[in-house]
Amino acid sequence: MAIAAETQFHVLAVDDSLIDRKLIERLLKTSSYQVTAVDSGSKALEFLGLQDEQRKPASDSSESQEIEVNLIITDYCMPGMTGYDLLRKIKESSSLKDIPVVIMSSENVPSRINRCLEEGAQEFFLKPVQLSDVNRLLPHLLKGKPKEQQQEQQHEQPNNKRKAIDEDLCPKNTRQRYNGLTVV
Amino acid sequence: MLGLSADRLQADMNRLLTLLFHQGVLDEQFLQLQELQDESSPNFVSEVVNLYFRESDKHLRNLRAILMDRECLDYKKLEIHLNHFMGSSSSIGAKRVRNVCLAFRAASEQNNRVGCLRSLELLEHEYCFLKNNMHELFHIEQQRVMAAGVRYPMLD
Repeated sequence: MAIAAETQFHVLAVDDSLIDRKLIERLLKTSSYQVTAVDSGSKALEFLGLQDEQRKPASDSSESQEIEVNLIITDYCMPGMTGYDLLRKIKESSSLKDIPVVIMSSENVPSRINRCLEEGAQEFFLKPVQLSDVNRLLPHLLKGKPKEQQQEQQHEQPNNKRKAIDEDLCPKNTRQRYNGLTVV
Repeated sequence: MLGLSADRLQADMNRLLTLLFHQGVLDEQFLQLQELQDESSPNFVSEVVNLYFRESDKHLRNLRAILMDRECLDYKKLEIHLNHFMGSSSSIGAKRVRNVCLAFRAASEQNNRVGCLRSLELLEHEYCFLKNNMHELFHIEQQRVMAAGVRYPMLD
């Protein structure tokens, strides 16, 4: 069953590590997301900025969705522009601030996590990112869509069911994220 | 006849994987990689792991070059390479390699050259062990695929 391009969510992934880019791309594609992966914050802004110029002033949603980004997932530690810097730039932009941003990091540093969440990040994932993490993206994506489209998406994304199953197998408290130290 | 040897090879693979998990060489992240492999991406695991080896070979060469520099030991540079190596090791589930990187980084943060040299030796050893086992694993898998006469479905 083919999912029409307009109903697929488009995620922009930002990570300077090639292996992690391959991984996140695969994780997202497996979950039926359309993915664009870039290796730096500046390339991400370029991609988003380009999209901005091409965005038509008319409220014709089906056309502007061709290059629309529905969520940005970025690594925290990157040379040059960090994930945090990128987050700030996105939140400062009137056209981009409503795009949900998720931060990934290999280090569990509570102050870092808090800073990102305070700056407006929706989630903070500890690396390595897993399918159960990607399943948590859907609610943030659905918030951005009007109600009729939300119901369409919930039928087409198989994630909702998988999320429930995952939560039974991997109860939340076995992988602590925000509170205290994670046992590695 | 063919079916039997494919099963035996699968059992060999499972045994090797179990051993590697038991020894802490690999952790559940490796399982995650396997879960991501399917008909649309049938070589995902070997692609990622081979990429990891290409990058890690370079990291190790760089780490050794930095440590062997008699003039000046750039600990910051060391840590940059270590962080990359640690991150990618963690991403493929190479637990023991990652843990040695962690200890290596601690020695570097203390500017402990001798500690760093020891860690490097241990790292090279663990990495070599991992690489050999991964190659063995892929070799068995290749044989198993041939024995099972698997054809990947044609996509229309």
